[in-house]
Amino acid sequence: MAVSPATMAAIRKSGAIPNAEFLLMAEGIRKEFPGVVALDDVSFRLKRGSVHALMGENGAGKSTLMKILAGIYKPDQGRVQLKGVDIRLDSPLDALENGIAMIHQELNLMAYMTVAENIWIRREPLNRFGLIDHGEMSRRTEELFQRLNIAIDPETPVKELSVANRQMVEIAKAVSYESDVLIMDEPTSALTEREVSHLFQIIRSLRDQGIGIVYITHKMNELFEIADEFSVFRDGKYIGTRSSKDVTRDDIIRMMVGREITQMFPKEDVPLGEIVLSVKGLTLGSIFRDVSFEVRAGEILGVAGLVGSGRSNVAETLFGVTPATSGTISIDGKEVVIDNPTTAIRHRMAFLTEDRKDTGCLLILDVLENMQIAVLQDKFVSNGFVHETDVAAACEDMCRKLRVKTPSLQEKIENLSGGNQQKVLIGRWLLTNPRILILDEPTRGIDVGAKAEIHRLVTEMAKQGVAVIMISSEMPEILGMSDRIMVMHEGRVTGFLTREEATQVKVMELASH
Amino acid sequence: MSSESLVKPDLKVKTAHRRRRMPPEVNIFLVLIGIALVYELLGWIFVGQSFLLNQQRLTIMILQVSVIGIIAVGVTQVIITGGIDLSSGSVVGMTAMLSASFAQSSTWPRALYPSLTDLPFFIPIGVGILAGLLAGYINGQLIAKTKIPPFIATLGMMVTARGISKWYTKGQPVSGLTEQFTFVGTSIWPVVVFLLVAVIFHVALRYTRYGKFTYAIGANVQAARVSGIDVERHIVKVYAIAGMLAGLAGVVTAARAQTAQAGMGVMYELDAIAAAVIGGTSLAGGAGRITGTVIGTIILGVMTSGFTFLRVDAYYQEIVKGMIIVAAVVADVYRQKKRAQR
Repeated sequence: MAVSPATMAAIRKSGAIPNAEFLLMAEGIRKEFPGVVALDDVSFRLKRGSVHALMGENGAGKSTLMKILAGIYKPDQGRVQLKGVDIRLDSPLDALENGIAMIHQELNLMAYMTVAENIWIRREPLNRFGLIDHGEMSRRTEELFQRLNIAIDPETPVKELSVANRQMVEIAKAVSYESDVLIMDEPTSALTEREVSHLFQIIRSLRDQGIGIVYITHKMNELFEIADEFSVFRDGKYIGTRSSKDVTRDDIIRMMVGREITQMFPKEDVPLGEIVLSVKGLTLGSIFRDVSFEVRAGEILGVAGLVGSGRSNVAETLFGVTPATSGTISIDGKEVVIDNPTTAIRHRMAFLTEDRKDTGCLLILDVLENMQIAVLQDKFVSNGFVHETDVAAACEDMCRKLRVKTPSLQEKIENLSGGNQQKVLIGRWLLTNPRILILDEPTRGIDVGAKAEIHRLVTEMAKQGVAVIMISSEMPEILGMSDRIMVMHEGRVTGFLTREEATQVKVMELASH
Repeated sequence: MSSESLVKPDLKVKTAHRRRRMPPEVNIFLVLIGIALVYELLGWIFVGQSFLLNQQRLTIMILQVSVIGIIAVGVTQVIITGGIDLSSGSVVGMTAMLSASFAQSSTWPRALYPSLTDLPFFIPIGVGILAGLLAGYINGQLIAKTKIPPFIATLGMMVTARGISKWYTKGQPVSGLTEQFTFVGTSIWPVVVFLLVAVIFHVALRYTRYGKFTYAIGANVQAARVSGIDVERHIVKVYAIAGMLAGLAGVVTAARAQTAQAGMGVMYELDAIAAAVIGGTSLAGGAGRITGTVIGTIILGVMTSGFTFLRVDAYYQEIVKGMIIVAAVVADVYRQKKRAQR
C-alpha cells in the first residue's frame, strides 16, 4: 500500500529510511490525456549521486513522466517508489516535501519579489514578533549561494535578473529544500555557453553530494558532458536506459527517432545573388550601436553572440518592432524606413521571434488561425472578407509541406508539440512569400527530428533566393547552417567569419571579445 | 515561392481532415431551454398558467433586452480583444438625450432647439450614432495611445458621458418627439435592429479580416503586432464600433420611451458584459461569438421576465442576477483551467 505523503515526510525526517540503491523508481506508469496516451507502461530508475538524462523527441513523454514524479499529474496506472518505499504524490508540494524538486522549463518565480523572498516563500524565517525577518532571510540566501557558487544579490527583484540568473535562483530554491532528487526540464535552452558551463559545475557538485539529478534535454553534447546515464522515450513508450559512456551520438539518435538521420545540417551551397538587405550604422539607444552588414539573395547570415549581446534587438529593429534611433536600412539598394512590422511585411520581410509562446503563438486559437494571420495583411482578402476556402487550402498545403503533425487545421495550437508549433509559425511566414527571412532561435526547445526538418527548410528557402538571417545560441547550428557568421558582443558587431574560416573557438573569441 | 520541391512524396503525412465540432453555443442554448422549462413548470404550479405559451410576454421580454443586446454585440468585440467597455450604459443615456433633442416636433411647446424641429428622422438617428461613435473613438484612442487600462479609460468615459447627459438639459427630460423618429422604437423594430446588428457583426467576426485580427489581438497582442497587425488602429476601430452600437442603442431607447432622460441606460454596461460572458465570451480575450452573446442576452431577458411572471420581488431579481453573472465567469475560469491542464 502506498504511504501517504505526510507519513512519508515524517519517516524521512526521522531518518529511518534505508539507503536504497535507487533514489527514485517508477514502474508501469500509464497516463492518458483526452485523445492521447502520453505514457504507456513506462519505467524509470534514478541512482543516488548520478545525473540521468532523459532524451526523446517532443511529445515522447519525458515531460509528462517528470510531471508525474513531481506530483503535478497523477498517473492512471503504475507505482512510484522513493528510496524503496511506495509513495503517492498528490501535489507538487507533496513532492517537494518528499525531497523531489522540479525546475520547470518555464520558470516559476514571482517577478516583483526579491530573490530571497522567492527562495524562502512559505518558509520565511520569523522574528520574535512573528513578522518576517528579512535580515535572516538574506543571510540564509547568501549562505546558500556561497555553497552553490552563485553570485546574485539576494535583495534584487527577480524581474531584473537575466534568464540564466533566474535559473540559478530556481536551482538554489530547489537545493534549499534539501531535495534528494532534482528534476531539470531543459535548463540550458535559454543559456549561453558560459552560463551552461557554470550550471554544469553546480550540477556536478550537487551530484557529488549524493543528489540524483534528472535532466531532460534535446542537446546531444550536453548528454555526453554531464550525464552518467540516460533513458530514451519515443511516442510515450520507454525505449531503454544506457550508460552514456557506452554509446555514440548515432546510437542515441537511432534510439530516439527509430530511424537514421543521415545528415544533421543539410546546408547546400547556393550561388549568391544580389545584395538584398544592407544595413548601415544601425543604432538603438544604448542597446546596440553601429551595426552594419549586408545579406545577399540565397545567403544565410548566422548571427552569434551571448544572450544579451543585442542579437535579438537588432532583429526586432530590422522588423520595425523597436524602430532604430539612427542608421539606415536599404532593400535592393533603396533606402527604406521601417517603423513598424506592417511596413516590414510590406517589404516582404518575415520574422520568426525568439519566444514562441510570448510573441509567436496565438495559443488559444487553432492552427489555421495561427497560420493565416500574417498573410491576411494583403492576400486572400477582398472587401474585407476572407476567402476562407482558399486560405484554408493554402494553410493545409503548407502544413503538408512542413509536415506539421496535427489532427486538423481546427486543432488548437497549444495542443501541438513545440516543434510542430514552430513549424506552424514558420508556415505563417512562408505564406507571405518573404524575400528576407529573419529567424531568431528557430530550433530552440524542439526535438532532433523537427530540428533537422527546419534546417532543411531554411536551406530550401535560401536555395530559392531568400536572404536569411539566423540568430542562434547553438554553436553547431550556427557553424553548420551559415554562409557567413556575424558575431556580436555587448551591442556591437565584433566580427564576421566566412563558413570556411569559422570554428567554435573563433566564434567564442569574438563573442566574448 | 515554388516550394513543391519541399514535398517528399514517400512520407505519410497526417493532416487536416476538417473535423466539425459542436459549436460552443449548444451548451448555453441548452441552459436557456432549461431555464425556460423550469419557469414553465413553476408557472403551472404557482401561477396556474403557461410561461412560454404567451406570445405577448415573450414579445415584451425580447423587446426589453433588445437594447442590452445591441450594446452587448459591441461589448463582445471589445472583450474579445482582451479589453472591457464600462461606458456603454452612459453612452446610451448621452446619445438618447442628444438624438432626442434633434427629434422634437414643432407642436411641442418646449423644444430644446425651436428652430430645429420636425427634422427628418435620419438626422437625430445620425446624431445619436455619431455621438456614440465619437465616445468609442475617444475610448479607443485613450487606450491605444496612452496605454492606460481599458477599465480606467472606459470608466472615465462612463462618468463623463453620464455627466454630459445631465448637463445637456440641466436634468430636464426631452420630450415631444416626432413620429417618424419614435417609429424605430415601436412594434418589434428594436428587436429587428438588434438581430440585424447581431447578424452583421457575427459575419464580420467570422468571415472578415476585421474579425480575424480581433481574435488574434485578444489571443496574443505581441504575436499579433509582430504578425504585422496595426494593433493600435484596430483597437480604436473596435472601441469605436462598440461606441457606435451604444449610440444606436441610445436612439432606440429614446424612440421606444418617446422621451429621453439623463438617467437612461444606467447599469446597462453590466448587463451587456453579463450577456457576453454568459454567452461564452472569455474575459481573458481571444474567444467569444456573437451567437453566444445573443443567447446570453435572451437568458437575461428570460430570467427577468420569469421572475416578474412568478411575481418575485424585484430585489431578489438583482440578487439572483448577480449570482448568475458570477457563475458564468466561474464557468469561464473552469474552462480555461481545464484547457491549461492539457
